[in-house]
Amino acid sequence: MSSPIVKLVAQRIALGLLLLLAVSVLIFAGTQILPGDVAQSILGQSATPEALANLRAELGLNDPAWVRYFKWLGGVLTGDLGTALSSGQDIATSIRGRLWNTLFLAFAAAVVAVPLAILLGLLAVRYRNGPVDKIISGLALASTSLPEFFIGYLLVFFFAVKLQWFPGISTVYDGMPFLDRLKAIALPATALTLVVLAHMMRMTRAAILNVMQSAYIETAELKGLSPFDVIRKHAFPNAIAPIVNVVMLNLAFLIVGVVVVEVIFVYPGMGQYLVDHVAKRDVPVVQAVGLIFAAVYIGLNIVADIAAIIANPRLRHPK
Amino acid sequence: MAERNPAERDDNLLDIRNLRIEAKVYPPGEEPKTITLVHDVSLTLKRGKVLGLIGESGAGKSTIGLSTMAYGRGGVRITGGEVVINGRDILKQGKRGVRALRGREVCYVAQSAAAAFNPAHRLMDQVVEAAIGHGTASRAEAEKRAVALFKKLSLPDPENIGNRYPHQVSGGQLQRVMTAMALCSQPDLIVFDEPTTALDVTTQIDVLAAIKDAIHDTGVAALYITHDLAVVAQVSDEIMVLRHGRLVEWGGTRQIIKEPRQEYTNALVSVHEIEHREQNPAGTPVLSVKDVTAAYGRSHVKVLKNVSVDIYPGQTLAVVGESGSGKSTLARAITGLLPPEQGSITFAGRTLSNALAQRSKADLRELQMIYQMADVAMNPRQTVGTIIGRPLEFYFGMRGRERDKRVAELLEKIEMGKGFVDRYPAELSGGQKQRVCIARALAAKPRMIICDEVTSALDPLVAHGILKLLLELQAEEQVAYLFITHDLATVKSIADSIAVMYRGEVVRYGPKSKVLAPPFDDYTDLLLRSVPEMEIGWLEKAISGRRMASAGN
Repeated sequence: MSSPIVKLVAQRIALGLLLLLAVSVLIFAGTQILPGDVAQSILGQSATPEALANLRAELGLNDPAWVRYFKWLGGVLTGDLGTALSSGQDIATSIRGRLWNTLFLAFAAAVVAVPLAILLGLLAVRYRNGPVDKIISGLALASTSLPEFFIGYLLVFFFAVKLQWFPGISTVYDGMPFLDRLKAIALPATALTLVVLAHMMRMTRAAILNVMQSAYIETAELKGLSPFDVIRKHAFPNAIAPIVNVVMLNLAFLIVGVVVVEVIFVYPGMGQYLVDHVAKRDVPVVQAVGLIFAAVYIGLNIVADIAAIIANPRLRHPK
Repeated sequence: MAERNPAERDDNLLDIRNLRIEAKVYPPGEEPKTITLVHDVSLTLKRGKVLGLIGESGAGKSTIGLSTMAYGRGGVRITGGEVVINGRDILKQGKRGVRALRGREVCYVAQSAAAAFNPAHRLMDQVVEAAIGHGTASRAEAEKRAVALFKKLSLPDPENIGNRYPHQVSGGQLQRVMTAMALCSQPDLIVFDEPTTALDVTTQIDVLAAIKDAIHDTGVAALYITHDLAVVAQVSDEIMVLRHGRLVEWGGTRQIIKEPRQEYTNALVSVHEIEHREQNPAGTPVLSVKDVTAAYGRSHVKVLKNVSVDIYPGQTLAVVGESGSGKSTLARAITGLLPPEQGSITFAGRTLSNALAQRSKADLRELQMIYQMADVAMNPRQTVGTIIGRPLEFYFGMRGRERDKRVAELLEKIEMGKGFVDRYPAELSGGQKQRVCIARALAAKPRMIICDEVTSALDPLVAHGILKLLLELQAEEQVAYLFITHDLATVKSIADSIAVMYRGEVVRYGPKSKVLAPPFDDYTDLLLRSVPEMEIGWLEKAISGRRMASAGN
């Protein structure tokens, strides 16, 4: 682990932070462009002009945009995300529990989906162009092609209504026993798994097939290794970079893109929180959630970049 | 070393009977069809003996070599005959039986070790993998054996070289590590598939000597595949000549190279030097390179150091050197692809601007290039007519019938008939592709053509034809050549003057007769001694007579 790696990793992290800063500007600018007036929406249509002016001054809405931006950014950096307009609650406090819920759901889905996708990808390569490959690819494609709300309702219909194995509404609360919690999120986690599985599996298959053309695969075959060993030992390590990339994209989707699934299962996570507050035009909440989603997305992509750098023996072991 | 019947000991290790190999090909625009690559070839090999398989590309030598491991590349299938190794027909063994054979009884050494090693694993792990996988040795035993083999193959730092990754080791060293990998399983047979072809001539000689010693000391039998008869004459006991998948001649090494019985063998054996009388520098040089220094990027390593050469109209300057000597960089500097940091280039009386973008259309037209890899230098989706017609349109504005007529003339010049106009590059042979590239360069009516290793990827007989064509065209068109090559035989047949390059510098420069006459400097001496000669015992003589070691070591 010598200098080129450290340098490249430091570069990626610095770039990521810069990008996050740029995204924060975009989010702030975006919410400013939106029509409507915060003071108006808090006080309602019947408010007097004096009351509106007072509230604007109180909220600092008369300051220039850049001053408000830096106030907001300074708050974010010190852990203060502001207060929700609709409820008057501290955003950081209400997000904390929900973020944890979302991460838990995403983690549960990822723990199943990532190993399963890679294993299926390896199997598809091992039996490429045969029936096993076609069945795996076909089922995976079908599950991706169905919209997630449709999968969600199918799952609810069969496993919650007909079989009554799992609850149809994923209620979780603080201090809930771990197993109960798992049972509660079984259906949304399954829906998410089905959505992301195919993409990762097909990328794994394509990345490994690409490597299978290399001369060193022939060398491995001519050593008398079994076909699965050839793929696992010789092809897979050279396909890690593209696979990690697609895995990270999907992990990001699991956290950022759960909005629909959370709404279907009435799961108290970030997605539902965001949807609720968009409806209420609660700008500070939308800003805070947007920034967190952006941070997750950028962070996971940095992880993917770093993993790809570390997976490259030429960078890990320079001449 | 599988179960071996003592009675078989003196018998043949390998017995191939009536081997027939077919492949499905997909010619563009036609129905897929099955072609036969190997027609009923039979051969036998005794334990500890070396058989050289030689022939041009497409002769089926690699295909036969791989059949001893029941392996076919791509869509290649073994459809007939028997391959008997250690008394068993391996074509009847089933997948499991074949896997037990590969890497244990028969091992393979590929042409490009750089591509054949997995970049993700340490060398040692790859070297011992087969031995451990087949359970013939514990890891400790196998590693001990590997270190001993590294020593035998005179690799530097044999104790630790196994900890390195493939990219940390030079090409010549990798080729020896690959040989060690094959020997580590203590197989009965090794298939060497052009193991030195991709190496520099000065490195080839060391690798060849290492392989020869290793074969001799371990007593392993070998199939040695190459297109270079002089190389195979150094290592084999017997030689088999193949052509178009058929056996031409099979005999002892001495008989094949001294008393060939077939006409084709005779053509391969006879020396293909073209009689080319050296022309003396006359008039003003068409191209004059003065004190050119160049580097890639902002690197402090100069790839060219104060290079000065002159080329006269209608003459050929050959630039010789091994890979990394800067000869292709010189071409890039002249064409403007790599603007030199210092020095000047004068062409046809004009000083060329360093950067490509500032050169006039006439500068571009009068200075053309031909590349080593003809097939990647042409757009695969354009026909021969379009490829050759393009410079006519671009430089002379020719259109329609006028252009077609000129294309036909040019095809005539490169000795390819009219039937080729509508063909795509994929439908041409290697030699024909290179001819089309020559025609494309000629179409611009250049004063000078830079030929970058134009015959290196071709079979010797085809390369011979290309060289003759280039010389004829030079006589007709009075075009000058800057001929970049690592092959001294080619230089002798085509050059008027020679520049020998070593680590970015011209170490020897002058008319051919002077450069190739003693006394030599050490590097030119090494280059000359490293060219394989079709003489039994040449290898040992060449190694003992060297004054400096090759750089690739």
